[in-house]
Amino acid sequence: MSIDLKTIKHISKLSRISVDEKKAEKLAGDLNSIFDFIEKLNELKTDNVEPLTSVAETTLKLRSDEVKSKNLRDQVIKNSPKENEDYFVVPKVIE
Amino acid sequence: MSDITKQSLSELVENIKSKKLSSSEVTKAFVERSEKSKELNAYITEDYTNALNKAKKFDEKPNLDLKLPGIPMAVKDLFCTRDLRTTAGSKILNNFVPTYESTVTQNIWNEGAILMGKLNCDEFAMGSSNETSFFGNVQNPIDKNLVPGGSSGGSSSALAAQLTPITIGTDTGGSIRQPASFTGTVGLKPTYGSCSRYGIVAFASSLDQAGPMAQNVKDCALLQEVISTYDEKDSTSIDFKRNEYSKELTKDIKGKKIGIPKEYRVDGMPKEIEDLWKKGIEYAKDCGAEIIDISLPHTNYALPTYYIVAPAEASSNLARYDGVKYGFRAEGENLIDMYEKTRSEGFGAEVQRRIMIGTYVLSSGYYDAYYLKAQKVRKLIKNDFDDAYKKVDAILTPSTPSSAFKIGEKTNDPVSMYLNDIFTVPVNLAGLPGISIPAGHDAKGYPLGLQIIGKAFDEQNILNIAYAMEEKINFKNNINDWWIK
Repeated sequence: MSIDLKTIKHISKLSRISVDEKKAEKLAGDLNSIFDFIEKLNELKTDNVEPLTSVAETTLKLRSDEVKSKNLRDQVIKNSPKENEDYFVVPKVIE
Repeated sequence: MSDITKQSLSELVENIKSKKLSSSEVTKAFVERSEKSKELNAYITEDYTNALNKAKKFDEKPNLDLKLPGIPMAVKDLFCTRDLRTTAGSKILNNFVPTYESTVTQNIWNEGAILMGKLNCDEFAMGSSNETSFFGNVQNPIDKNLVPGGSSGGSSSALAAQLTPITIGTDTGGSIRQPASFTGTVGLKPTYGSCSRYGIVAFASSLDQAGPMAQNVKDCALLQEVISTYDEKDSTSIDFKRNEYSKELTKDIKGKKIGIPKEYRVDGMPKEIEDLWKKGIEYAKDCGAEIIDISLPHTNYALPTYYIVAPAEASSNLARYDGVKYGFRAEGENLIDMYEKTRSEGFGAEVQRRIMIGTYVLSSGYYDAYYLKAQKVRKLIKNDFDDAYKKVDAILTPSTPSSAFKIGEKTNDPVSMYLNDIFTVPVNLAGLPGISIPAGHDAKGYPLGLQIIGKAFDEQNILNIAYAMEEKINFKNNINDWWIK
């Protein structure tokens, strides 16, 4: 299989990473060599194999629904690149 | 007392407990050596003044019952530390100061240790040479322009160079064991669920695990004992009975069955690695272990599986870096433009590559062919280990397919870089514990490591085997302080 520039542009859109032509070409080359390597998995027949989603063979523990940390607003806002009192600030979304 | 920084953790603890040394003396010694070692570029953020103040405070009212009384240490910059910048080696977190502490580091401070600073690593722990860090390459103290391994490269460099007596790393596909192997140090990747992931910058959540790195097995066992706790803040933390690893450490491994997997004899493996492995088998026999040939038939499929599962999880985990709530922001014409520019300028090339791979394998129409397929193969890989452990107690392999390589040697070929992790990745996929111990040198005098893989939750057993073999191997690191100014 081969990943073309159109596919790279599509993935970059989904990934929310902007790429220019030069970067797209480099990425296409890299991704193709990586996917050539990944194709090896097709040698295996896995129709009747259960997928492994977690190696931790435990069920989630139940806990009581209590608030354990509160009044974190200042801490939550502290690292934001742009803020206005209690809010995160982003470019205008609605005209 | 001279040569404080040459002492092992156990010696330092002993000397502080018997009041032969104060925490201030010890901290000052490691801070001074760290200051003279800037050329290694092991630190991203130094916190020396605070460390010296904390040491002074400790000495005023020393609690000598603690496991790490007044011991200074630096940690990988993937662990969130309250009020001290945590970057994950990335521009996108360049100015991030956590308002909370990771559980693993909190456990360490609770036992009396003192933070000296944050250590360099590959960006978001994605790399095997520390060359993807936004903060630059790290030098291996073994030789100039040699990589220290990755992603915990600052940790392995600082530890081998004796800038810190012990340290912690994280291991998603080999990021503790490979750098330990490249620097002649000991590194343990614990069982998945043993150490809490709370407060560790996430890479691939079903694989990530924090672990100890140390000069020797005994120190490694003590640090593991401190950091491994059940934590309700991590939903995959497992509530099992943890040993007092350092107290229960024994060299008596008589009758232990150690498996040698034939599939780890990979094509093109250097003769030096093959010889090291043979030597390791002899050491294990000398310790009274029984050697048994085993098969892990799906070994060759581990790396391709990993390069689907890890990027898929990473693409999802790293979606949170959008320039809104914290970290770097690039201005854009509108919201989407801001996201795209922020992520394009904020992430480095390797991270972008992996996000793109992950996004692709999870995207509509490809999910079954890649992600689901990889999860099924992951099951086969785990089954291999389950079958092997019906016959053996542990497995012995080389840690890496080569010794450390030169800076820049593999940066242009992602796949050749990925092959570094060929012996370590299967362990993460199966969620097992694995330890790398230094076991010899290659012709260039660079260290080589052996890996001992255990059953899930059987850290004590692999620590014991490592402890027994360490004595027989009697490894000495060749470090001549070439970087000291």
